[in-house]
Amino acid sequence: MQTALILIALAALILGAMAWRIHKQAKLYEVGFGRQLVNTLSSRSFQLTLAGFVIFVGLWYVTVSLLKLPWFNRLPGPVEVVSEWLSPAPVFGISIYTKDYYTHIFYSTYRATAAFLLATLLGIPFGLLMGWNKKFYDYSLPLVELIRPIPPLAWVPLAILVLPGSEPAVIFVTFLVAFFVTTLNTLLGVESIDENYFRAAKCLGASNKDILFDVVVPGALPYIFTGLQISMGASWFSLVAGEMIAAQYGLGFLIWDSYSVIAYPVIFIGMATLGIIGWASSALVRVVGRRLMAWREAELSGSARVEV
Amino acid sequence: MSASNTAPVCRAADGALSIRDVTKIYDPEGVHVVALEHCSLEIAAGEFVAVVGPSGCGKSTLLNIMAGFDYVTHGEILLDGAPLATPDTRPRPGSDRVVVFQHGALFPWKTVLENVTYGPVVQKQLDQAAADQRAREMLARVGLSNIEKSYPGQLSSGMQRRVEIIRALINDPKVLLLDEPFRAMDTVTKSASHEYLLELYNATGKTIFFITHDLEEAIFLADKVAVMTTRPGHIKLAISVDLPRPRNYRMLATQQFLDLKSQLVEAVHEEAVKAFQAGEREMA
Repeated sequence: MQTALILIALAALILGAMAWRIHKQAKLYEVGFGRQLVNTLSSRSFQLTLAGFVIFVGLWYVTVSLLKLPWFNRLPGPVEVVSEWLSPAPVFGISIYTKDYYTHIFYSTYRATAAFLLATLLGIPFGLLMGWNKKFYDYSLPLVELIRPIPPLAWVPLAILVLPGSEPAVIFVTFLVAFFVTTLNTLLGVESIDENYFRAAKCLGASNKDILFDVVVPGALPYIFTGLQISMGASWFSLVAGEMIAAQYGLGFLIWDSYSVIAYPVIFIGMATLGIIGWASSALVRVVGRRLMAWREAELSGSARVEV
Repeated sequence: MSASNTAPVCRAADGALSIRDVTKIYDPEGVHVVALEHCSLEIAAGEFVAVVGPSGCGKSTLLNIMAGFDYVTHGEILLDGAPLATPDTRPRPGSDRVVVFQHGALFPWKTVLENVTYGPVVQKQLDQAAADQRAREMLARVGLSNIEKSYPGQLSSGMQRRVEIIRALINDPKVLLLDEPFRAMDTVTKSASHEYLLELYNATGKTIFFITHDLEEAIFLADKVAVMTTRPGHIKLAISVDLPRPRNYRMLATQQFLDLKSQLVEAVHEEAVKAFQAGEREMA
């Protein structure tokens, strides 16, 4: 009963999201919802997407469950994983019905979000300053270039030594990676701005402060948002690495712990959950970016073009 | 083409430019490049001057110095008798001489209206509402009503350039500096753009400094066409164009127009050959 309810809720969520998307497209192409639905379902790209999923799950099923190939014989098949994931009484204690599952998700999401926000808050001004001020650029770029290649895991011992407890240490390590990505993309964004926009602004009487807010920030925004998407992804992968080493909760910890206690289906549940959350968080950044850069959307969609 | 193009030409009372013996030397890493040498030209208030010359002759360098983007090495430029560029003053761009760029420099992240009102609003000369009002009037004059909420990327190149000229003119500059604004356009768009520019010129009488490669364009638009020598550039000769205003495309076929053109072709060709030979020497 409960399973059915949750499955229905999940299905409603997915169908709702799809319907919303088709609705948007229908408006863009100026056709009815039904027509667009048929167009989407019969479109080559939708069919290929579907085929991709089917092939992936099919290969998993064939290699693991059906043929039980030697290298794969210790792995759970798709049926085992999904039934454990959706089971009200999971064998290994983790499914969508257990509180622990959400505790792990909560911890990971909280850490990734905190690190991402901190990196955004510090990285964007830092990158703008580097692009804006030659002196500051000369001070900081060589340092950034030297520190940036140090892998996040190499920071873990130092972070634990300096920061109180493992929690801030994990967040710090996650933050570090996201920070460099955001900073360097922001810098790249400022450098990408055509010199003539600065000249035009000066001709029109803009002060340096005006130029910062009217040229530098909007001009760098496309690169900044590309950077934020990468930074979001980077947050997740360095977070999981950090959690495997220094945490008691979180999806990274869950995956590593499940390996140690031979709860193999849980590894897959953890990985799939990370995939879904990581994708959703990047999509969120993309949506915010689109809202802030209406001018780019207008430019890219040919339908809005005006002619003499 | 419309009422204002047949109105009598009025000329602005200020905006006289005096380019006196200007020399510009670039010195990147010890390699002397003399871009301009002893370059002199007088431009009266409200005069439309076109400058032609081979590529790389220093036309844009001269424009950049006047715009306040670059230093002058020797000589000076005066605007209405006051020094605009001297070797001792720091170059300063300003809204009394606005540039319209070759590839266009409308801010892609601002709408047409936000672009046009940017100058008066950022200088706090007008509040947003008053600037909007003024911008709408000026846009309407060049046939650009109903696009105020569009972004520049949604407009054709002809419309973009018209918007950019309006964005300059709304500041009531003394001089308009146009750096090959119609270069990349097809013939039809180009000739429509000429008519709009002439209409605006006739209505405002602003001093215009117009750089181009296109001799026909130069004669058709300008009061005076100045030919620049190959690098180091200076003004080799300046030919007055006494075609009556308002101009129209039929003049392109008159004997007077063709005579002016052949005179210019001779002068420019000579420089083009020199530039080509100099280029070959540099390559050798």
